[in-house]
Amino acid sequence: MAWLPAPVERLLEEALVGELTVIGRDGRPITHPLIPLYDGERIYMHSSTLFSRKLEHIKRNPHVSVSLTDPIAMRGLTDRATIQGTARIIEDDPHSQWERLILDMWRKKEPVIDAFLKMRVALPLFFERAVIEITPERCLYWADGDTTRAPAVTGAPRDEAA
Amino acid sequence: MPRIERAHLEKLAGYPFVVVSWVDDAGYPLSAATEFTVDATAGVVALRAPAGDAAAIPVDREINVLGSHIHPTPGQGYDERRYLQLWGTAGAADAATGAAGAADAGWVRFTPTEAWGWDESEIPFFEYSERSVPQSRRYLAQLSEEQGRTIRPRLSLGWLFLRTTRLPFLSATAVPVLLGIAVAARGGAFDAWLALLTIVGAAFAHLAINVTNDIFDTLSGADEANVNPTQFSGGSRVLIYDLVTLRQLVALAIALFGGAAAIGLALVWVTGSATLLWIGLIGIGLGVAYTAPPLKLVYRGLGEIAVAIGFGPVMLLGAYVVQTGTLTAEAAVASVPVAILVALILYVNEIPDRVGDAAAGKRTLPVRLPQRAVIGLYVAGVVVSFGVVIGGVVAQVLPLATLLALLAAPLAWQVYGGISRFYAQPYALMAYMGVNVKLHLYVGLLLLAGYVVAIVATMIAIPQLA
Repeated sequence: MAWLPAPVERLLEEALVGELTVIGRDGRPITHPLIPLYDGERIYMHSSTLFSRKLEHIKRNPHVSVSLTDPIAMRGLTDRATIQGTARIIEDDPHSQWERLILDMWRKKEPVIDAFLKMRVALPLFFERAVIEITPERCLYWADGDTTRAPAVTGAPRDEAA
Repeated sequence: MPRIERAHLEKLAGYPFVVVSWVDDAGYPLSAATEFTVDATAGVVALRAPAGDAAAIPVDREINVLGSHIHPTPGQGYDERRYLQLWGTAGAADAATGAAGAADAGWVRFTPTEAWGWDESEIPFFEYSERSVPQSRRYLAQLSEEQGRTIRPRLSLGWLFLRTTRLPFLSATAVPVLLGIAVAARGGAFDAWLALLTIVGAAFAHLAINVTNDIFDTLSGADEANVNPTQFSGGSRVLIYDLVTLRQLVALAIALFGGAAAIGLALVWVTGSATLLWIGLIGIGLGVAYTAPPLKLVYRGLGEIAVAIGFGPVMLLGAYVVQTGTLTAEAAVASVPVAILVALILYVNEIPDRVGDAAAGKRTLPVRLPQRAVIGLYVAGVVVSFGVVIGGVVAQVLPLATLLALLAAPLAWQVYGGISRFYAQPYALMAYMGVNVKLHLYVGLLLLAGYVVAIVATMIAIPQLA
């Protein structure tokens, strides 16, 4: 069920870069810039097995946050948000499962992916990928991106956060 | 994680804002963007504290501060990708007064201790990916264990065959074989079926040698030590990427060698030429000894000579002997420019490989020689190649129309410019490695065109061009 505030959904739909923060082995936060995808309910990010330490961290501790902060990466939108949630790694078949799950969403947001996919022979491991499916649980929203004002905080309905 | 250095702080200062992250009391990461100033000398960063309890930067635990510049260019991808994250602790607001521009209340003082990041202007994306290959292999091994089945990276069969055999490099075989057939045809000897068998047999031999070299280069560690592979150098990497197993690669090499041997022996049987048998044995011997112990020619700085002989005289004279049964000075002279230029393909491709090659004990010429000598030797090779064509025509050994090969000379000038400017930049060099491949191909095709002109001139009785 969709519950994120409409301006935050808009940021998710526009953002070509967001920051995924995971919790490392020693409990410290680690942030990775990635493209966020959104299906109206969950946020999807993805990672090549080449850069899979973040996946290892999520498997140990599935609590994550996704920040949307850079207006240049959001086609000029200046609002900012951070969404906390729980992540699940989907990787039964790293070769092609991600294509079935998220390629259409990715293509819609950034059509250049098709050009990159043609380079699969040159970068085969880059396209062995896992999907990071994030269920939002809490959202902090800063209108106009002004973090000197307190954020509007929204929580997921109880059955969503469970 | 690397310890914090002044350079990290100076780099952070170049970002327009930072994203501060910490783990909140509920155990979730929480991030907020904010303004900042850096005092690199004091080793501190002043962060404007986000307002509200929900986003208050904690002072009792480690925090992460990220500067990121990954700007999307819609329809093209991303440019100038770089990011830097620092870890450390935040001090209470009143402690912030020591940091530049942080005298106001509402700022916190961040003292970083560790840093990590990536800047594609320092480590290009392809190199970053290559350096991460061990992580991919480790991750997939772990995933296989978790799921109780083997999970390996894949490529479609066609692309895998192309990549494994390095199929596009067949031009190195096509040029001398076709030229050998043309030289024979100019003398009046031409059998189309034998020509076809020669081309197929030579292609099998070439691909078999490519695969064999890959096996030995991977086992020696030369390919793995090379984190700057290009489409022209660094091997096929199919073993390093775990796209195939060693057993599969050995089976492919045996099958390709088997095909080459069967066709070669059939040609020896049909032509009855012992010379052809010797030429074939020399070619296969050179190809295998290129990387295989005990000779390991390429490891001793003899790779360029082995390639010159194998893809010059061996291929060209072999194709010539199949048609004529004999050897001539004309065929030998025609093989010289092709031999030198094919060796120069390898030679230029070895320039970006020189660090990995040196680490694996591969003493190629670019490993042994200083930059100036490497470039000088390239120029000398090109001059001799074109000089032999001119000399061959003047001495009336080669037909007049083979001077067409000189039309490709500007490509050599381009390569010279490229290796002079980008000697230490593997990815910038890649375009010129491509031009260098074209130089060999175009000179070969233009020599071939010269022979076709000569053959046609003979048929229509124009003796000046024959």
